[in-house]
Amino acid sequence: MSRSRYSIFSLARNAYSHHRNWPKAWRSPEPKSAYDVIIVGGGGHGLATAYYLAKEHGLTNVAVLEKGWIGGGNTGRNTTIIRSNYLWDESAAIYEKSLQLYEGLSRELNYNLMVSQRGVLNLAHNQHDLHELSRRVSANRLHGIDSEILSPFQLKEMVPILNVSPDVRFPVLGASLQRRGGVARHDAVAWGFARAADARGVHIIQNCEVKGFCREEGRVTGVETTKGIIKSPKVGVVVAGHAGVVAEMAGLRLPIESHPLQALVSEPLKPLLHTVIMSGSVHVYVSQSDKGELILGAGIDAYNSYAQRGSIRIIEDMIAAAVELFPVFSRLRMMRQWGGIVDICPDASPIISKTPIDGLYFNCGWGTGGFKATPGSGWAFAHTIAQDRPHAINEAFGLDRFITGALIDEHGAAAVSH
Amino acid sequence: MLLIDCPWCGPRDECEFSYGGEAHIKRPENPDKLSDAEWADYLFMRTNPKGRFPERWVHTHGCNRWFNAVRDTVTHDISATYGMGEDGPEGRS
Amino acid sequence: MKRQRYRMPDGGRIDRSQPLHFTFNDRSYQGYVGDTLASALLANGVAIIGRSFKYHRPRGVFSAGAEEPNALVQLEQGSHTQPNLRATQIELYSGLKAESINCWPSVDFDLWSLIGLFGRIFPAGFYYKTFMTPNLLWPIYERIIRQAAGLGRAPSDPDPDRYENINTHCDILIIGGGPSGLSAALKAGQSGARVILADEQNEFGGALLGSDDEVDGGPALDWVEKTVGELEEMAEVRLLPRTTIFGYYNHNFLTAVERVTDHLGVSDDPLPRQRSWRIRARQVILASGAIERPMVFENNDRPGVMLASAASTYANRYGVCFAKRVVVFTNNDEAYRTALIFKKFGIHVSLVDVRPEFNGDWPRKATAAGVEIIFNSAVTGTRGRRKVKGVNISAFGMDGNLGETRHLSCDLLAVSGGWNPTVHLYSQSGGTLTYDKQRMCLIPEKAGQAVNVVGAAKGTFELERCLKEGAREGARVAKNLDFVGSGSVRSKSKTVLENEQPLQPKWLIPSRKHPEGGPSHFVDLQTDVTVADIALAAREGYDSVEHLKRYTTLGMGTDQGKTANINGISILSGIRGEELPSVGHTTFRPPYTPVTFGALAGRQVGQFLDPLRRTPIHHWHTRAGAVFENVGQWKRPWYYPVLDEDMNDAVVRECRSARKSIGILDASTLGKIEIKGPDAADFLNLIYVNSWNNLEVGRCRYGLMLGEDGMVMDDGVTSRMAEDRFFMTTTTGGAARVYSWLEEWLQTEWPEMEVYLTSVTENWATITLVGPNSRKLLGELTDDINLDLKSFPFMTWREGKVAGVPARVFRVSFTGDLSFEINIPARYAISVWTACMTAGEKYAITPFGTEAMHVLRAEKGYIVVGQETDGTVTPGDLGMERMLSKKKDFIGRRSLARVETLRSDRKQLVGLDTEDPSTVIPIGSQIVATTKKRPPMDMIGYVTSSYYSPNLKRSVALALVKSGRNRHGERVYLPMENGTISALICNPVFFDPEGERLNG
Repeated sequence: MSRSRYSIFSLARNAYSHHRNWPKAWRSPEPKSAYDVIIVGGGGHGLATAYYLAKEHGLTNVAVLEKGWIGGGNTGRNTTIIRSNYLWDESAAIYEKSLQLYEGLSRELNYNLMVSQRGVLNLAHNQHDLHELSRRVSANRLHGIDSEILSPFQLKEMVPILNVSPDVRFPVLGASLQRRGGVARHDAVAWGFARAADARGVHIIQNCEVKGFCREEGRVTGVETTKGIIKSPKVGVVVAGHAGVVAEMAGLRLPIESHPLQALVSEPLKPLLHTVIMSGSVHVYVSQSDKGELILGAGIDAYNSYAQRGSIRIIEDMIAAAVELFPVFSRLRMMRQWGGIVDICPDASPIISKTPIDGLYFNCGWGTGGFKATPGSGWAFAHTIAQDRPHAINEAFGLDRFITGALIDEHGAAAVSH
Repeated sequence: MLLIDCPWCGPRDECEFSYGGEAHIKRPENPDKLSDAEWADYLFMRTNPKGRFPERWVHTHGCNRWFNAVRDTVTHDISATYGMGEDGPEGRS
Repeated sequence: MKRQRYRMPDGGRIDRSQPLHFTFNDRSYQGYVGDTLASALLANGVAIIGRSFKYHRPRGVFSAGAEEPNALVQLEQGSHTQPNLRATQIELYSGLKAESINCWPSVDFDLWSLIGLFGRIFPAGFYYKTFMTPNLLWPIYERIIRQAAGLGRAPSDPDPDRYENINTHCDILIIGGGPSGLSAALKAGQSGARVILADEQNEFGGALLGSDDEVDGGPALDWVEKTVGELEEMAEVRLLPRTTIFGYYNHNFLTAVERVTDHLGVSDDPLPRQRSWRIRARQVILASGAIERPMVFENNDRPGVMLASAASTYANRYGVCFAKRVVVFTNNDEAYRTALIFKKFGIHVSLVDVRPEFNGDWPRKATAAGVEIIFNSAVTGTRGRRKVKGVNISAFGMDGNLGETRHLSCDLLAVSGGWNPTVHLYSQSGGTLTYDKQRMCLIPEKAGQAVNVVGAAKGTFELERCLKEGAREGARVAKNLDFVGSGSVRSKSKTVLENEQPLQPKWLIPSRKHPEGGPSHFVDLQTDVTVADIALAAREGYDSVEHLKRYTTLGMGTDQGKTANINGISILSGIRGEELPSVGHTTFRPPYTPVTFGALAGRQVGQFLDPLRRTPIHHWHTRAGAVFENVGQWKRPWYYPVLDEDMNDAVVRECRSARKSIGILDASTLGKIEIKGPDAADFLNLIYVNSWNNLEVGRCRYGLMLGEDGMVMDDGVTSRMAEDRFFMTTTTGGAARVYSWLEEWLQTEWPEMEVYLTSVTENWATITLVGPNSRKLLGELTDDINLDLKSFPFMTWREGKVAGVPARVFRVSFTGDLSFEINIPARYAISVWTACMTAGEKYAITPFGTEAMHVLRAEKGYIVVGQETDGTVTPGDLGMERMLSKKKDFIGRRSLARVETLRSDRKQLVGLDTEDPSTVIPIGSQIVATTKKRPPMDMIGYVTSSYYSPNLKRSVALALVKSGRNRHGERVYLPMENGTISALICNPVFFDPEGERLNG
């Protein structure tokens, strides 16, 4: 299969032919009647899974079925933060794997994901926060994950617009910094994986909704879709907010609730904020995109929803928090707000697991933190599907942990932040 | 911002209420008799429908009473609110 | 000062008797009251207002309203500055200062525009294809990209202005004060319904403000004035000009921002700058009008190209006519108005109509007025780099081929590609849209909420029908809400012109230049998205509308594509060879126009960001010089430095005094819940892990509370006040959660239990006396409580008077020393506290804060929920399994019997005995059994509490360590950034392990 490699030279060359010769970034084939593996869900995680199935496990007879357009769910609706400074060993391992993959991914995929390791700061506003922060930084360091603690003075040097006055409602007492953390271009992650997976032979099939599962003798044999029945001995489901809906088609119950998670951007501004700042106590996280927009996020809406919309109250609170931390934000303006649907587990950790049904695999429950995990999640899920058993890195994220009680409670680290 | 019809106080803004998740989950009478899996089902497993959903709210900044509501998780329309222990429009699920 | 070269001597809604001076890009100009910055700049002949986002092409005023993509400015300077404001919406005021954005060194000479020369190699999404190697260079590329991107600058100082929120309800909210909105408001108002009419402009009238229409036989604006006058008289009608409804949320909850003093400029006015409205409306009437659609042709972005309606508005409303020769380019009838208006002012007008020649009233009228009409033709391009000097015109037949080109010189090109109803709020509300093939636009289809659409927002573009529709819907909606007032007069406009010719769906005009030979045909003027970009996106497979938007940034600018999106979609549908409806459209998201953060935050800033709780003794602490820490919402004294003591000195002194003589602590923040009813004891049995039936009245017991998952959730002492009455204390941080938790179980699971809960946290103040002299001191303050050891043993409580105040005194201890917790009604707290301090002087009574409290309790190995626990800790982990009752069920019990909670190698509470007794391990430090040269290292636990104990003259630390209880005496390590701390695992009780001091 021919495709032109992306580079400044190919851009210049194509400029002469008025960019008329760029091939499709990925094909749009009609589905075959059967595949070796079907991935349900063409978000970042699903596309990454397909890519790693092909790359790491030699499985190229793979289809990704997407209900709408690829990257249209949470992949295209998040606040683009990547980091791996999680508290528990299990989480740190998979998020660190993911971050490491991100670090070489633009070149590997030959698609600029604009991975920008501009540092992620987590603020502490009281003694309890400081203790938690020190616990997490200590764990990260012993895990080999870069992490350090900054004093308010150091913070002020790094982020001059941050209000570190001690006389405010929530004074900033310190912060943890992961310098390797940062942001990446969310859409590009989906597109880059799609293009690279396609190049390895994976079929990406958009506008193809899965309506049910084909089963024989207790194992999955394929899926019923709006484009007909497609057979496959292995089906991996990775549909984020809709995990519960697809699980129900298979007769599975999941420990998951779907909630709206809202975010917003300001109008584009000249560079103002050069790192990612997150505050669990004041409930906001913010960064500035390369386009110049400030991207803000906060907590979820309390109620279950599939509406991709929430209550303005959340937005008002998040902006109030941002203005508290950054008084110069007050006169800036919100340009666009939106919501995603996040699937949340009781322990705020994901599920990457086999299921009680043979041949059916689920990857879900990433809650508010899925984007940063995209490559790692796909990598581990691909292994789980190809080998029919989890990799050591996702062993702890099985469905059985809810029965045994071996939860990985990341509420402390994930809390509001993500 | 939802408008929620508290069975005791009438329609009030969402910000007066707290959410209580899925309704009609009964605490098992005799937990000791349950297997770990059955206990996990009560503890963690939830129906998470796209559509009508019986759920619980409490009017925290009002009468402080718990009640049930049937809300559509896509349109957010609330078709009924009713007291704890009462059957909803669709019975107990 | 320049004179207003292009201002007409009369006409318009500006006040020529009130000139205003302002500066733009450091040059002084003059305008009038009633101007916008855009109209004043046009009156002064300023053509280039800003530069485009990507190619930095010169751009001028394109519209006269909220849809403006080009004319963005930085308004004012210093702390008052605001980036990215639309000149078309800024009301001119005296002294206004504005400048262009996104250009360097100046808007007229912008070096960044060199990028345009290389435009060909920077097509849509070029950044995805390059800057990848070498890895190390990307941060440098990115820095350049960031510098080039962005528009205006953020202020460098905090906002000096004030904002507020207001909540309100109404029967009918009418959005838009144009002809249909005003007639709807009149009818709805006459019915007696509570009506709010909001409009984003400074005065009502909507499109009528810029037109020369007539209503009821007179100028339309007379009708507007009369109608607004009538509405102002109605008691239940509230008029909100300068108010943009920007969001339509669930259950008819709408949000608006009112610009209260923006139009007054920088001032010390006590009024808020902006006010954000939260409106719950029973019904909404959406009369938000329509936005004109531009045409897409070569170099359609140059200053001097303007929407036809905007050109009319500047002439009619602002008395600005900045052209000597005008070309109007249209595919519909509406732009003939513009031609006629300019003709009326005696200007040479040519009208280029892509439609074949037809006999209609409009062409007839136009021809009669002397307008040159060129049918069946299109403007294929413009001339004049910095401002339009002329246009190229070609015959443009139905086959889409271009004929001979001719040149027309002009200095204004007014374009009209038809109208797009402003359906943003309708779409936000959950309503669906449909493509109206006759009017060639998206119109409302099915409402998702209680919203009714009238006028141009619905695709009703004729004035007469707008008036009718507004009145009809206003009355109908009111009637449906049972408001049936009087008022039967209906306004009429002039007869509609006959023989109207339908719009021709042509927006994209090809040119002879290669359409992909560099940026030329602009679809989104702000983000510089061209037709070539759309074609490229489609070619590469980004051909769903959402991919198109994201790949090209179409509609992602500050105008959110108000003049770009529909053209972009129709061009995409052309490329895909599909009908527009099947291509779909992107979601309209709030806000309609950008909203100031400050307005959204409202009063929820500074100290009002979150409620602050202070104990009734707070002011005493302040006077005593206490340093406070935030604990939840509470301010608690952390330590009380004396003279030049630092924290360490103060804590050492406080700890010593509490053990040696007497310390006093304000523990009022403890959660307190009264639990009453015949089933109270049974209820506690379910809530706590231990048993409560056998607790005698007058006695206290420590209780441990679990979540249903078996993890420790809260703890505290609960006392029996009477057979059917308990007094529960909770942790400071857990008070609200525990109270809700108890209510939830009572109401939802065990409603048959007769138990009543009352939170009394703030009703009782708690003063804790700690230390060997506390009994003596308390004895001096009470004469009706027998304090001797036998009469008042540990873990009991007594009622009596302390310092003359009725009190409950509890003999409990969180320090291991003799201790009394005196609970008194909050309003007496300060007097009892003062009495204690006065009487305690001879014992050198010492107030101590939370830090000393932590040291004292850690010396004893007492846990703090939230510090020793984190939601993953069981009673067994804390060594409290003996508390678990085996005779009853309690919340969380079953979870303790799961595989994972039964494991013996769980993390368990231990003490750490540091090798060097003076080393205080930082709280949170992770513990390893063996160190390695470099990570990763296996962590076996972490330090939960760690302090220097002045009483033991050594450090004490508590930790959770895997299998910790079996590891006493084992050496462990704490690798720090600079060196490793070594410690022995030990019993967590460091001080007075026999508990001899409890009784004093």
